[in-house]
Amino acid sequence: MSKRIDVKDLNVYYGNFLAVEGVNINIDAKSVTAFIGPSGCGKSTFLRTLNRMHEVLPGARVEGEVLLDGDNLYGPGVDPVTVRTQVGMVFQRPNPFPTMSIRDNVLAGVKLNNKKISKGEADTLVERSLQGANLWNEVKDRLDKPGSGLSGGQQQRLCIARAIAVEPQVILMDEPCSALDPISTLAVEDLINELKDQYTVVIVTHNMQQAARVSDKTAFFNIAGTGKPGKLIEFADTSTIFNNPSQKATEDYVSGRFG
Amino acid sequence: MTVTAPVTRKRSALTKGQLPSYAPWVVLAVALVLGAAILALVGFNVFGWGVVSALLFTVGLVAWSGMVEGARKAKDKLATCLVVGAFLVALLPLVSVIWTVLVNGIPGIITPGFLGTSMNGVTGTFDNKSVEEGTRVLGGVYHALIGTVQITLLATVISVPVGLLTAIYLVEYGEDRPLARAITFFVDVMTGIPSIVAGLFAAAFFFAVVGPGTKTGAVAAVALSVLMIPVVVRSSEEMLKIVPNELREASYALGVRKWRTILKVVIPTAISGIASGVTLAIARVIGETAPILVTAGFATTINNNVFGGWMASLPTFIYTQILNPTSPSNPAPSDQRAWGAALVLIILVMLLNLAARLIARIFAPKAGR
Repeated sequence: MSKRIDVKDLNVYYGNFLAVEGVNINIDAKSVTAFIGPSGCGKSTFLRTLNRMHEVLPGARVEGEVLLDGDNLYGPGVDPVTVRTQVGMVFQRPNPFPTMSIRDNVLAGVKLNNKKISKGEADTLVERSLQGANLWNEVKDRLDKPGSGLSGGQQQRLCIARAIAVEPQVILMDEPCSALDPISTLAVEDLINELKDQYTVVIVTHNMQQAARVSDKTAFFNIAGTGKPGKLIEFADTSTIFNNPSQKATEDYVSGRFG
Repeated sequence: MTVTAPVTRKRSALTKGQLPSYAPWVVLAVALVLGAAILALVGFNVFGWGVVSALLFTVGLVAWSGMVEGARKAKDKLATCLVVGAFLVALLPLVSVIWTVLVNGIPGIITPGFLGTSMNGVTGTFDNKSVEEGTRVLGGVYHALIGTVQITLLATVISVPVGLLTAIYLVEYGEDRPLARAITFFVDVMTGIPSIVAGLFAAAFFFAVVGPGTKTGAVAAVALSVLMIPVVVRSSEEMLKIVPNELREASYALGVRKWRTILKVVIPTAISGIASGVTLAIARVIGETAPILVTAGFATTINNNVFGGWMASLPTFIYTQILNPTSPSNPAPSDQRAWGAALVLIILVMLLNLAARLIARIFAPKAGR
């Protein structure tokens, strides 16, 4: 239940502005891949092209191919909604739906699409998703309370539970821990380690220790200067990137000499 | 061996140079007495007494504060006096209106049958009789109440879908396209349309489409919806705009289509604001007089059909009762009915405002553990 992603010569534009240029990357199924790099280098922008969330912004477009197990996401006639049911996403700031209870938040992907589901199936799905997000024990007694009443870390895990409840092939995470304290961060990182048994996980992070802790492979993005497009500088096993990078810029960045 | 005794003071050194807490009351009492004395010289009246006392209070308190506490505190006192004074001036007309309507309206509203009967068959003879012989005033606002409720309800039914869908287009699909900018511009223009013009538009429209002289409650409802739509668009637009984009993205990322996201995530999140905006728009048009006079005409009988025949409403009822008393020689009963109707109208608007608050509270996203 997970697919690999292969990106070929991808250029990402905001209007006429080229934001990310010429990315080629192969992401294995059932692995954790981390994107690191300085702010504004296009990691988040590139991540959003992997489930066509990028084009939600006005004027945004893409050239090139993103293959999900060989199927081009940007092929003619591909419905972005179908893509997003296969490639889920967790955002930087926890964003549970404020009008819904914890239970309804987990079931949001099902309910918002008006899929019929029996109460028993729904209960199973809620428990399984919350177990999967390491949140079940903390919320099982108050599933009918609003999701916005949880702590920040719990809300983020609720968002992860919501994402895995629709059973995607790939989960994208855009700096999922940047708004969390170290203990919640640890909980989310443990979760990522468990998720890779079933899903392909791609995570953007500013925290290099986090990339080193959770990922199998790491991609380093960089930008030549303001107004220039971001580029993929190096993509290799995480240990290689941190211990023996082939590029000077990567070595400078991971050793803290810039950025 | 020296013992350091704790310093005992009557007043804390930290509060030195401050006016005592009773100072404003002392100044107020002096100002009131002085004000009454000054007014007694030129002829006493309550309004003048209030103004003079307020001025004396401000001068007295600021001067005293300046002598004891220094310039900064004196300026603070002056600003406080100005702010409170402005608030009282703003409050004056409101309290005065409510007071006048209550005093004049209560005799009308407690007359038996006032809320349950129409003006059908009530002629000048009855009014003359009630003035001369002291019998109770006949006639009531039932027909006008029915008319106001039906016309406003129909206007709401027309305005809310149009206004809400326009707001959804502007916020969710407009993306600053020329069409969206044009709509925004014309909605702004519509906000400024005088209500009589809206009435004339609706009347002319129905004259052209249905036939000359078409005057029904429905025509009035169209006229009112011309006034309501821009208000509903504006308030709904603001409410939809403050729904965080993150919620839309969260929904898209779950593979939910855009229209479902709007229907199930965006609107429920904004519904409390939208509902109270709609209620306030209703309160805004419920008191319109001119557009109803030219579109629904005026009736003295009960008309339950909003699509046929002339219809009364509370504002036009007040207008005709004052302008053309039922008995021209004895206008007092008509005055009483007009004030009673005004009180009913104010109570309706107040209930709508309360309903808006209630709706906002019921629909508000719940927080809590």
